[in-house]
Amino acid sequence: MSAVSPDTPAMLTTADGAPLKVSFDRALRRSRLKALALVLPLFAFLLITFLVPIGDMLLRSVENQLVGNVLHRTVKALDHWDQGSGELPDEEAFAALVADFQEGRENRTIGRVGVRLNYESGGMSSLFRKTGRRAKRITEAPFREAMIKLDKRWGNLDVWRLIKRESDAYTASYYLSAVDMRFIADGSIARQDENRQIYVRLFGRTLWLSLVITVLCLLLGYPISYLMATLPVRTSNLLMIMVLLPFWTSLLVRTTCWIALLQQQGVINDLLVWVGIIGEDNRLAMIHNRTGTIIAMTHILLPFMVLPLYSVMKTIPPSYLRAARSLGANPFTAFVRVYMPNTVAGVGAGSILVFIIAIGYYITPALVGGTSGTLISNFIAHHMQVSLNWGLAAALGALLLAAVLALYVLYDKIVGIDNMKLG
Amino acid sequence: MQGKTLAIGLAAALAAGAAHAQTELVVVSWGGAYSASQQKAYHDPYMAANADIKILNDDSASEGLSKLRAMAEADNVTWDLVDMIASDAITACDEGLVLEIDFDNALAAAPDGTSATEDFGDMIVSECFIPQIVYSTTFGYRTDLVKTPPTTIADVFDLEKIPGKRSLEKKPLANIEWALLADGVALDDVYDVLSTPEGVDRAYAKLDTIKSDVVWWAKGAVPVQLLADGEVVIASAYNGRLFSGIEEEKQPIAMMWDWQWFDLDGWVVPKGGKNVDAVMKFLRFATDTQRLADQAKFISYGPARMSSAPLVGKHATLGIEMGPHMPTAPANATTMLPNNIEWWADHGDEMNERFNAWLARG
Amino acid sequence: MTAAGGSEAFVRFADVQKSYDGETLVVKSLNLDIERGEFLTMLGPSGSGKTTCLMMLAGFETATFGEIFLDGRPINNVAPHRRDIGMVFQNYALFPHMTVHENLAFPLEVRKLGKAEVEERVARALDMVELAGFGGRRPAQLSGGQQQRVAVARALVFEPKLVLMDEPLGALDKQLREQMQFEIRHIHERLGVTVVYVTHDQSEALTMSNRIAVFNDGVIQQLSTPEGLYERPENAFVAQFIGENNRLVGAVSERHGDTCAVTTVEGEVVKALAVSCGTTGEPTTLSLRPERVTVAPEPGSCPNVFDAVVEELIYLGDHVRSRLRLLGNDEFIVKVPNSGLIRPMRVGETVQVGWSAEDCRALDSPSTAPVFD
Repeated sequence: MSAVSPDTPAMLTTADGAPLKVSFDRALRRSRLKALALVLPLFAFLLITFLVPIGDMLLRSVENQLVGNVLHRTVKALDHWDQGSGELPDEEAFAALVADFQEGRENRTIGRVGVRLNYESGGMSSLFRKTGRRAKRITEAPFREAMIKLDKRWGNLDVWRLIKRESDAYTASYYLSAVDMRFIADGSIARQDENRQIYVRLFGRTLWLSLVITVLCLLLGYPISYLMATLPVRTSNLLMIMVLLPFWTSLLVRTTCWIALLQQQGVINDLLVWVGIIGEDNRLAMIHNRTGTIIAMTHILLPFMVLPLYSVMKTIPPSYLRAARSLGANPFTAFVRVYMPNTVAGVGAGSILVFIIAIGYYITPALVGGTSGTLISNFIAHHMQVSLNWGLAAALGALLLAAVLALYVLYDKIVGIDNMKLG
Repeated sequence: MQGKTLAIGLAAALAAGAAHAQTELVVVSWGGAYSASQQKAYHDPYMAANADIKILNDDSASEGLSKLRAMAEADNVTWDLVDMIASDAITACDEGLVLEIDFDNALAAAPDGTSATEDFGDMIVSECFIPQIVYSTTFGYRTDLVKTPPTTIADVFDLEKIPGKRSLEKKPLANIEWALLADGVALDDVYDVLSTPEGVDRAYAKLDTIKSDVVWWAKGAVPVQLLADGEVVIASAYNGRLFSGIEEEKQPIAMMWDWQWFDLDGWVVPKGGKNVDAVMKFLRFATDTQRLADQAKFISYGPARMSSAPLVGKHATLGIEMGPHMPTAPANATTMLPNNIEWWADHGDEMNERFNAWLARG
Repeated sequence: MTAAGGSEAFVRFADVQKSYDGETLVVKSLNLDIERGEFLTMLGPSGSGKTTCLMMLAGFETATFGEIFLDGRPINNVAPHRRDIGMVFQNYALFPHMTVHENLAFPLEVRKLGKAEVEERVARALDMVELAGFGGRRPAQLSGGQQQRVAVARALVFEPKLVLMDEPLGALDKQLREQMQFEIRHIHERLGVTVVYVTHDQSEALTMSNRIAVFNDGVIQQLSTPEGLYERPENAFVAQFIGENNRLVGAVSERHGDTCAVTTVEGEVVKALAVSCGTTGEPTTLSLRPERVTVAPEPGSCPNVFDAVVEELIYLGDHVRSRLRLLGNDEFIVKVPNSGLIRPMRVGETVQVGWSAEDCRALDSPSTAPVFD
């Protein structure tokens, strides 16, 4: 290749005397604008349906304005309270608290503060609800005595420390919860009680099960993809339809079928008992546990492995294998050294697709996973729908997102994203 | 300019439409047999009497709380009335998502003139929540697969007396109370014990004894199905589901009512709904003494008004007397465990974490 | 080597038949001997069975019947990788994930050769195809001609006894193709390796081969040297397929030894060399090369002289290509040398053309000959 030599005349001009570079840029700008106009609708769509929700989620995982907004007087009054002093806040703070409660009761925001603080310390919910109901009766000083009389927990330093700590507009407490840590009363960070540690273990399990499912999908999907890529079109189309069948069946129907097949009084166990491979008392537990999750999810995600593999294998000419054979390689060596390296793009794409889908899947594990087969996403759903602790759900989701991105970077380092081919 | 014209045009069109069409009320409930019972007992008669009202069913009550919050945040409340369990209703009330109800003015008094507040009595657990039914989570067992029928909660935890798999709901609620009751704690002490770390440990120690033989369920239909399939020999389940398994599908299942878990289900009115007046009118009708009693003709849940109990009659299609199948029937309610909503609001987060951590330790 | 190996051909197809569907034969009873060191081309239109023969020889297809011998040894049951046959594929089949060096080293590595020997042989092979210094590149970074050379080098690097080439130059442009034809020929001459080459391009076959087997319809129509095929086609198919050909249709009216007289449909009589025509009365195809036709022949110099109308003239520098109408054929081509000796023709005029009887070959019936339009 002949590189342009650096001493080429610096200034080329077009016929009208304008520098070539300027004219060139002008001509290019037009086509760039056109290209931009074409992708704008998609960009706007992605922004609204993808980037904004993710941004919202990330914000929610640290956002904490509720306490500061509702208890604004109290928080202000606590500014000059030294929480290490061992003394309760002064009368002024109690007066502010009463005022905040009366206002919060009026516009129905005080309950939410109770729910919010209850995430950090059990009992706050009832304290706030009870106080909210009765605070309007407290009309005159001394407020401190009145409040402690209303509920003796207002005399507890830890409650006040908690309010002060959670009055910042942003908090790390959701993330701490998401990794089984917590703030303790004096504001330092400690590990969660051992019998309440759950999320780290679940993240680990989710990653591990996703990996197992990905590997199984690869082991099952590779031969069938190879078969489809090498068989005559008519046969391979039939196989393709069979592979895609799961796509066209309702998820619930499929999952229910797996239950019917795998349960202890199910078809497979009946068959095994009838044949005599296992005894009536030793029926296999294949569902409502980890095995169930792995089997059902492998089945559901298999097409996501097969499709990229197939599309890559379809482009590999059969002459590669023949060439390898003619060069003296036995069938195994030819396959391993020549065919397989050329499918890396499909393997990578399929694996990353299956893994990422598996990591966030929750319907199937919820139905067939029992206790040992539930994944982190089931807990995200739990906090979204049942406990309404959206901050924690967002923090768990953000960590999941971070894990996926980390894997993506790792993949790029090892295999290279350019080598990924989805079909 | 254009926007304004358009808005005026739209408003005019809507007004014109409304003049012709009826008011549509979106009522969110649980679907299935439960929604059907509400349709027959409340919706159909009300629509028959009020031609201008059309009630649309939405079956997303299981996500009621989260969707309500999402609607409130988006400031676009499309629901008019939501069926919720009591504890969720209290959370919704705390969160300011639902309206407070003035019981005596908004709701009908009992036929004998007793005020609504008195008629509902203890069932009023929140100022936002109108109780509708009492349901219970209790036990069903396979009559053909157990040698000796279970009679007490302790039998559920007794692998020698009742060998085989059992099914429990996959949440700590009720299970840890049952564990303590089975371990000999008196009802009055249960929550005191549970409020100490040692007490919680004690409950889990009891649960540990059957842990490997438990199939956990999450959806209400599952435990009855597990019983029907013979996958488990005893299971906790909603009493209405067990009723239909036993009486409608004729499965070889029997009830064990000992320490049935009492809970309430009822209505909340979303704040910011567009047809609040129409909904309140409907609620006045749908929660009166006769209507609550009517619902029990279609499903075996107990009416929440005291005055409704004597009016409960026969099942609409099976023709059997429903009274004895009510969780509130005296024979069934000798021992009962009401949901301690306050305690669970305070400790639910910790208990869920502890429970899930316990499960995960597998 | 078998006992009779010394006298046997290097490659022998003995009564080989091949069917893919059990109903039709793609290769019908093939018998072919290839000598050691020979450059033999299988030439034919697509679907004629030539590639199938090559694939059977390589071991990628199995013969339905018959036996193939390599160096005196039957190889029907020998796996492809044990046959020690190098092969160049239509699209080269270079391994895209390996560098040029790795591609060339591959056959040596699977043979477990020592590292030093691998290096040495790869270097030698790269030198042979003049690509020293390109070892570190990937195939995708090479031009078509360079890829072609790598493919040839790879097929030769492990010093096989036999090299097969399946339309190896099909993807190259004309100029490059011609250059590569010579290069491959030279490599063949230098190494003395036996080459079996498949192509559908007759000029390529003529340029490169020692012998050419013309395939059609699963049968070898003629096996001969390039010169033999062109000068002495044995049937109408070969005459038509190899080089340019004028075809006249008629029936044998007289036959004396190896000459005959053929009466055309218009009743004219043409004297011809009887090659594969039938007996008197049977239909035949006359084949006549355009350059063997003389315009305005000296009276009495040709036994065949006919009037022809000039339909079209194309000036091609060294010669003028003329399309004439005679004996009921208006596609009769004559190449008139631009020697200045012959008066230029004009379209529409009538001229006399003539040819000798030896240049006009009476072949088999026209019904068996394909028509190339």
